[in-house]
Amino acid sequence: MSGFEHHRKSDRVIATFSGFEADLLRSLASQMVELLRNERAEPPGPSADPFEALMSEFSGATTIPEDPVLARLFPTAYPDDEEAASDFRRFTETGLRDGKAAASGLLIDTLEDAGLPPELTEEGLVIDVELTRAEAQTWMRAFTDIRLALATRLGVEAGDEDYWHSLPDDDPRAQAHDIYEWVGYLQETVVEALTG
Amino acid sequence: MVQSRPTLCHDGWVSAASPVEVEPTLSPDEITFLAKPWVTLVWDDPVNLMSYVSYVFQTYFGYDKAKAEKLMLQVHTEGKSAVSTGTREEMERDVQAMHEYGLWATMEKAT
Repeated sequence: MSGFEHHRKSDRVIATFSGFEADLLRSLASQMVELLRNERAEPPGPSADPFEALMSEFSGATTIPEDPVLARLFPTAYPDDEEAASDFRRFTETGLRDGKAAASGLLIDTLEDAGLPPELTEEGLVIDVELTRAEAQTWMRAFTDIRLALATRLGVEAGDEDYWHSLPDDDPRAQAHDIYEWVGYLQETVVEALTG
Repeated sequence: MVQSRPTLCHDGWVSAASPVEVEPTLSPDEITFLAKPWVTLVWDDPVNLMSYVSYVFQTYFGYDKAKAEKLMLQVHTEGKSAVSTGTREEMERDVQAMHEYGLWATMEKAT
């Protein structure tokens, strides 16, 4: 397992993944895209104001998403002002969703362009990834979203590392937490590659 | 001080034309010449890496490393930090950008 490095000559951020690692990253990014696309915000209920009801059909969500992962990805901007919070959500959430789906989409496309087949069958496959600085920043955002999703599902809290490491290896939650830590390691190396 | 009053015409009550005919969207408190009345707050979370948060503050706000690290450590130790100050519109842009980066950000009037 290795992370990202800065390749000075080409000014690229590069990494080499095993086929298994690349396939795992693609799976995580695909789940993120699916989550962002599937659970569209609920259409608003019947409104007393016909104009408002009409307008809401053309605009974004106004209420906090039910899924806790989406609630974390799209936090309430005005905690003490419900109306302003709704307006903010209406004007920003659709664009944010599209941006996050595009970031995870870039991750998938890069891995596949680098040779990751639709179905991983070949053993010993190696995937070399070379990112421009802009692409590396986008990958970094996708890693963040994936980590936030895993942490929310697992219930990660500050300073709970010992708990996760005490779980038996065959516990699926321990395995998911290992993946969460691995994506964190990858993200750390992207930040180092971009700043070092 | 004068108050505009409704006038009666043949088909009912109509409002006299006046500056308050349209309900104002800003409260008097919000109409101000004072600069920078809003702040963007970034809150601590158990997920985001310290190096990443510092990187975001440098990249998006253009802060130097020392300032970015100071704000990041404030988030980490105090639970939150006011990372930018400006008009309401500017802060909405900053909060949106922080959400794009996966940081937990809110905004409020500066105190």
